[in-house]
Amino acid sequence: MNLNLKVWRQKNTATKGGFKLYRVENISSEMSFLEMFDVLNEQLIHEGEDPITFDHDCREGICGACSMYIDGKPHGPWQANTTCQLHMRAFKDGDTIVVEPWRANAFPVIKDLMVDRTAFDRIIQAGGYISVNTGNAVDGNALPIPKDDADASFAAAMCIGCGACVAACKNSSAMLFLSAKVSHLALLPQGNPERKSRVVNMLAQMDKEGFGACTNTGACEATCPKEISLTNIARLNQEYLVASLTDNK
Amino acid sequence: MTWKQVFTSSIGKKLVMAITGISLILFLVVHVGLNACIWANDGGEMFNRAANFMGSNVVPRILEVGLFGGIFLHIIQGYMLTVQNRSKRSIGYAVDYGNRGSKWYSRSMAILGTLLLLFFIMHWKQFWIPSRFTGVDEVQLSNGKSVHNLYALMRDTFQNLWVVILYVIGCISLGYHLAHGFQSAFRTIGVHNNRYNKMISAVGYGFAVIVPLAFAMMPVSFYLGWVN
Ligand code: SF4
Ligand code: FES
Repeated sequence: MNLNLKVWRQKNTATKGGFKLYRVENISSEMSFLEMFDVLNEQLIHEGEDPITFDHDCREGICGACSMYIDGKPHGPWQANTTCQLHMRAFKDGDTIVVEPWRANAFPVIKDLMVDRTAFDRIIQAGGYISVNTGNAVDGNALPIPKDDADASFAAAMCIGCGACVAACKNSSAMLFLSAKVSHLALLPQGNPERKSRVVNMLAQMDKEGFGACTNTGACEATCPKEISLTNIARLNQEYLVASLTDNK
Repeated sequence: MTWKQVFTSSIGKKLVMAITGISLILFLVVHVGLNACIWANDGGEMFNRAANFMGSNVVPRILEVGLFGGIFLHIIQGYMLTVQNRSKRSIGYAVDYGNRGSKWYSRSMAILGTLLLLFFIMHWKQFWIPSRFTGVDEVQLSNGKSVHNLYALMRDTFQNLWVVILYVIGCISLGYHLAHGFQSAFRTIGVHNNRYNKMISAVGYGFAVIVPLAFAMMPVSFYLGWVN
């Protein structure tokens, strides 16, 4: 199929960007969206133009690196899907596809479609961990955990930190991401020792990074490639409320 | 962790919205219940008596101060949150994300709230200020007591079609504001149990329809002469 692409080009964080139109031809419907971009980039290199910068790594939907806002939706039109797993059969011959970077001041554009998501790393560093004693690994089954809790924790742990939730949210809030990171540890006994300090510190870091406050619209849930549920945000709120009411310092 | 830290954090700010919001919801229950007395069709006797009780008893008077505090906190915090949240994305998208996962009214709480505020200003000027400060004509109850005839004030106010239309618009804004606000408030205070969430969502939508509808029917009833 032949397609028109309207892609955001921006030299670096400091310069102003703008859209540029490209045309790609003979694209197979079996290609992934990123492979289609590879074709375009080869074309640009041949023409002596600067290829388009975009983030990617695993290309199998598990790392969270890819990040394009395609036709009005992070990761494109499919549900529960990442950009790298979006295939060209989602489009029709002759379509014009608009591709933008994640938009949030906390995710400044580095170049073209690549944004700086290190804010997420700093949120994780602020509390997204558990302390483990050194020595022999404990038998995985030594600690009984209710099945439902284990399942809910696992569902929250699916978050790949892609930032699509921030990109979709009208408040640029990172609350779905944060709630997933807080929930998957809060639901397990291993997460208990740092339970209160975790939520307090991670939220403080999120606010410091310049993300907005959640207004429970639900936009994030609809775009999340890992279908992280809004329920996690309510759990995060409860974790925070309990921590702030019972904090002793 | 200081209280200041709690209430200036993003969740703390939402907590203020939720707690004041839930208090305002409770107030609406009292307000709609009391006003429903106009439909007793007893020439306003029951309604005037109830309104007089609320105005002369010390407990509602103290709650009234809290109510206004709550309203203003809700308004100021709401506007501040809106402005702050908007400032987090300086460059917008060329293609809008649209309605995916969210309802238009959940994204328009500030606009709906502004319509409500304008409505309240008119509403306070018509009823609350006269009954508190500038005075309302008195009427004698069947027990001989002389009280404010708020019933007559309602009847006279709602003879004007424009006023009735503005009240209906106000009530529609209230309905949509509640359709999101009711559930959102409970999420913010941390309710994440599936069974309770289902219940809250059902009660929330029910409340958002029934209460504003009951309020809207009051001016309509007077205008169409359904009460006397
Ligand atoms: S919650 Fe979903 S959308 Fe947000 S970072 Fe995690 S995987 Fe991505
Ligand atoms: S490149 Fe790893 S999830 Fe898309």
